[in-house]
Amino acid sequence: MSTTSDLAIHVVDATPTQPWHKPRVEQRRDALVYLALAVVAYAIVMVSGVAGPDGFALVFFIEVLLLTIFRSRGIGKAKSTNAIVSTVIGAGAVVAFAPWMSIFFSLITKGFQGLYFGFLVRDMRVTTPDDELNMGGIGHAIIGSMLMVLIATIITLPLGILSGVYLTEVRGRLTRVVRFVIQSMSGVPSIVAGLFIYTTVISVTGSFSGFAGALALSVLMLPTVARTAEEVLKLVPEDLRAASYALGARQWRSSLMVVLPTVRSGLTTAAILGVARVVGETAPLILTALSNNAFKFNPFDGPIASMPMYVFGMLQIGTEYSLNRAWSGSLVLMLIVLALFVTARRLGGKDKR
Amino acid sequence: MNQVGTESKTSKENGIIMNEISTSGITAVAERSLGLETRGLHAWFGSHHVLSDINLQFPERSVTGLIGPSGCGKSTFLRMLNRMHEFIPSAAMAGEVLMNGSDIYSPDVDAAAMRLKVGMVFQKPNPFPAMTIKENVLAGIKLANLKVSNHDEIVEKCLSRAGLWKEVKDRLDASGGSLSGGQQQRLCIARSLAVEPTILLMDEPCSALDPGSTLRIEETIHELAEKITVVIVTHNMQQASRVSNYCAFFLSDGGPGVLVEADATRKMFTNPTDTRTADYVQGKFG
Repeated sequence: MSTTSDLAIHVVDATPTQPWHKPRVEQRRDALVYLALAVVAYAIVMVSGVAGPDGFALVFFIEVLLLTIFRSRGIGKAKSTNAIVSTVIGAGAVVAFAPWMSIFFSLITKGFQGLYFGFLVRDMRVTTPDDELNMGGIGHAIIGSMLMVLIATIITLPLGILSGVYLTEVRGRLTRVVRFVIQSMSGVPSIVAGLFIYTTVISVTGSFSGFAGALALSVLMLPTVARTAEEVLKLVPEDLRAASYALGARQWRSSLMVVLPTVRSGLTTAAILGVARVVGETAPLILTALSNNAFKFNPFDGPIASMPMYVFGMLQIGTEYSLNRAWSGSLVLMLIVLALFVTARRLGGKDKR
Repeated sequence: MNQVGTESKTSKENGIIMNEISTSGITAVAERSLGLETRGLHAWFGSHHVLSDINLQFPERSVTGLIGPSGCGKSTFLRMLNRMHEFIPSAAMAGEVLMNGSDIYSPDVDAAAMRLKVGMVFQKPNPFPAMTIKENVLAGIKLANLKVSNHDEIVEKCLSRAGLWKEVKDRLDASGGSLSGGQQQRLCIARSLAVEPTILLMDEPCSALDPGSTLRIEETIHELAEKITVVIVTHNMQQASRVSNYCAFFLSDGGPGVLVEADATRKMFTNPTDTRTADYVQGKFG
């Protein structure tokens, strides 16, 4: 490994090291220690009254904590506190992460068997919930959900952005009132949103419809879009507003041509977060859109299907195949939400130039 | 403008009027469209009195430097000249700012239309990030909804006047944020020129820039002063002496800032009337 150049007269060879990391040997020894602790924990779970994966996790955690305390004797108070708190925080992270992983894996394992290409494009008009899993699908529910979410987006996006502009740009006399209303709206239980539309729309028109469902979703979607839009607009530097005013711009032109285009990607994120918020809502749809077994493309023409209502319906029937269908529907729904969030993060990340 | 000499005698109790140097000849032009003057101007933030009784007449087609230590109110003064002061909620003022003889603070004045005539360049370069270089230059025209057809011509003319054309002519559709700091500041100057202001206010335009960019912008200011009235706030005494024809020295002794002295730059730097001016320009304080 000679790096001698003509310039250097005396060159001492060196190997690159990372002295701030634990040496390899120690890392391997630690891995073995933890493996041994896991085995001991398993044995304890087998022979004692503590049972199940929860018991194993608890015993393992206590063991690791004891080991940390034992090891941290005589290395100084600051260092030992650091080691113990690190262990506790690591355990906390696992506890927070575990339910998410559990949901994810049970959805995949249980929902996977009902999946086939037709599942995404067929409806349940001629298929009963008890039929074989290679028949029928949730195509109609996907279309219904998309229709309602699309209408809800068309309603809430302009409203949400306008209220964000009012709170950050206009800063009018009603700023506090508007912010308070938006905050309380985000606390409205989803079933109440459904009831509200049921009493104001369904009882007047006399019929369930996709449009009524979209209205109920809008009630839930608006606060999310408005608050995200406000947060995003707050990030626009005051310099840019000053620059546009100094150029002789009036306020509305400054907002429309300078401030909003600056946060275009952030506002896209606001829209997608709003969509992700409502696409899985069931309660407001029970009272407004109901459900349907067939494809329907007209949101004003009676009850319409949606993904959460499909899952809900299949669960209520409770037979083997219908439960499989419910799991598969949940999986598809979750993948769609996941895709939305990934898109939102991608678009949001583009803001940082 | 021979009356200046007599005016300075009659208005000594009000404050200071600039004395002309006979050699300059710049202010001999009689055209009044570039006129800017303040009379008895005061400023407050809440109950805090930050500027007191500023009487200052800006010679046309020349560069006036506002100098003084930090906190003496010169930036506030500059922002009062195009009514940017009023965007601060607690701000208040008294006195008059006369543009071509009429007060810009009178109730019937449309502030946005007035700002169209008074360009402003800020301390930190602030091109609009969502716009290309070309769109940035044309932003003023779009924002004020002016009906102009020769866009390409304006873009080239303004970028040339700001000394940026040669560097960006092949990438006019690149984002304004992709330029270096000095280039961004020159882009901001080009942007403010596109609406053809008759007065240009600059708030420490070079404080964040390297020496090369600073020099380039100072050349730009010299060229601009042939056609319009420029007011520049600067902390840099060398810059003030290089770039300005006239200087106004502001000072605050803990109370509101006052105008100590205003005169031709050469006189301010070689033979000022007030000893505090002499101390400041020689770097004894501030």
